[in-house]
Amino acid sequence: MTNLRNRLIFSGQFVFTLLVAAFLIVPALLSMLAGVTVNYFTGIRSGLTLQWVIQVWELYADTIARSFVIALAALAVTLVVGVPAAYALHVRGGRFARIVEEIITLPLAVPGLAIALALLLTYGGFSDFRRSWLFILAGHVVFTMPFMVRSVMAVFSAIDVKTLDEGAASLGASPWRRFRDVIVPNAKPGILAGSLMVVTLSLGEFNLTWMLHTPLTKTLPVGLADSYASMRLEVASAYTLVFFVMIIPLLVAMQIYADSCGRKTARR
Amino acid sequence: MNTTQGVTVRVENCAKTFADGTRALDPVTLDVARGETLVFLGPSGCGKTTMLRIIAGLEKPDSGGRVLFNAQDVTRIPIERRNVGMVFQSYALFPNMNVAQNIAYSLALRGAGKAERDSRVAELVALTGIEGLENRNIDQLSGGQRQRVALARAVAMRPSVLLLDEPLTALDAALRERLRGELDRLLRTLGITTIYVTHDQSEAMTLGDRIVVMRKGAIAQVGSPRDIYFKPASRFVAEFIGAANIIDAVSDNGVLVLPGGRLAVDKTGHGQVAAMIRPESIGIISPEAAFLVGRVASVSFTGDRQRLVVDGASDKPLIVDASNTLAVKIGDTVGLTVAPSAIQFLQGA
Repeated sequence: MTNLRNRLIFSGQFVFTLLVAAFLIVPALLSMLAGVTVNYFTGIRSGLTLQWVIQVWELYADTIARSFVIALAALAVTLVVGVPAAYALHVRGGRFARIVEEIITLPLAVPGLAIALALLLTYGGFSDFRRSWLFILAGHVVFTMPFMVRSVMAVFSAIDVKTLDEGAASLGASPWRRFRDVIVPNAKPGILAGSLMVVTLSLGEFNLTWMLHTPLTKTLPVGLADSYASMRLEVASAYTLVFFVMIIPLLVAMQIYADSCGRKTARR
Repeated sequence: MNTTQGVTVRVENCAKTFADGTRALDPVTLDVARGETLVFLGPSGCGKTTMLRIIAGLEKPDSGGRVLFNAQDVTRIPIERRNVGMVFQSYALFPNMNVAQNIAYSLALRGAGKAERDSRVAELVALTGIEGLENRNIDQLSGGQRQRVALARAVAMRPSVLLLDEPLTALDAALRERLRGELDRLLRTLGITTIYVTHDQSEAMTLGDRIVVMRKGAIAQVGSPRDIYFKPASRFVAEFIGAANIIDAVSDNGVLVLPGGRLAVDKTGHGQVAAMIRPESIGIISPEAAFLVGRVASVSFTGDRQRLVVDGASDKPLIVDASNTLAVKIGDTVGLTVAPSAIQFLQGA
């Protein structure tokens, strides 16, 4: 009796899970399917084609490339600035460090539009900067920095980095050697997790970027909005398809890499 | 710097007040001889770790304080250029390096070649008894093995001074006792100037050439283990080191007047005194022959001896360590005898 009931409960939960997953996945699949349909309004009967995908590629190849450049540049900046900052904040500690940490974290709470507006008000006058992709990069760095700093700091408090640092110092290591030989290698799980966040957030960022971009400095999500607003539905859908094809393998690769490092660390 | 026999260390007028105003250490002046093992002993919060960190260069003394190695002022020199070997309570081994890499890290920093590093690592794993573990990761080591790796790493670059901060505290009691003996042999083999911090009096007794007993940021007494044990300078030291009977009584021309009789002492004159007697210094004799008698309140047999508590003899119950063959039971009346030389008068009675 109980056996049958358990099986019924399990099946019920399983079907419910499938339904929820379908509710979320079907629209994405439909959208991507629309991207390879000759005429969306006639439906799949009109036949399949890659012409929209090709059209998107021709129109937006530079936008896509720019998005990746910005994401990688944001990653580089958050690594070079964020990891030492996290180290300094952790080692120094105290109220001052707490205040700095809060300020770094602030962009998470402030709407992207407000940050963009502030950047525009302050730096909009520097027209060369305003027109280049570096302006968008600045926005992305402000937005993604807390993710890097926080995930690295989380690792630091888990491994007692202060004592490791003192240990290396007692053996004769200069601050730079300590950072390179001991701090960074042991913070790797946090650095990887932070990097994953920075790249994904930068690639998908819309609010800030929409305010900051110029017609010549669009990124993937802005281009997507652009094509939704001004082109055939099939083109916009093809764009979604391209977006997925570009990002999913990247995310999976980074996740696998982070997991393998995480396992190595967990074994310790 | 000469690194084979270590250096002399002088701490001059070193005090430490933390940023929040907490006074961790009152001004301390202290000399450590070349090759000596000096132990800082005291309860937690007594300032012993702060003292060690000042000598290491991890903390700066308040202005006016100086640290000298071989008479050279190193107060402003950061730890990485002081050539001190340090063993931390948590060992601070690098999880990203294996055992051999941990031990050889200081040599690599000094530009030693692979052959030199390998031979020094081989020498040190043999010295500390961890042969065969060279390629292990730190997480694959037991607590005792980690402790040895930390020690091997700290002495690899032949430091001028070896500093150990409660290196055995993280281990269980049996292992602690075994490693204490090993550590003692090792320190004597190395002959290096060593400063050791602990709250464990038996560690301090075994390892220290001299012991500095600390209390509330100040030195309570400096002396050899025997001095500290037999001639404590104060009630605090007497009670902190081992078991002690402290008798508050009136001394009258060579005699201590007690509720259960009297005791002969090496002290003339008349007045209130505090006298310390170690439990093993009290002998049990028949009450008829004794000048001091009491009643046995408890007997604990511990194998190597039996510890008695005797009421009625003094103002407080007396702890007496008696031979393990003595026939005695609760309620017996016993006579007590103490050699006058075993009675130590404490200052600040």
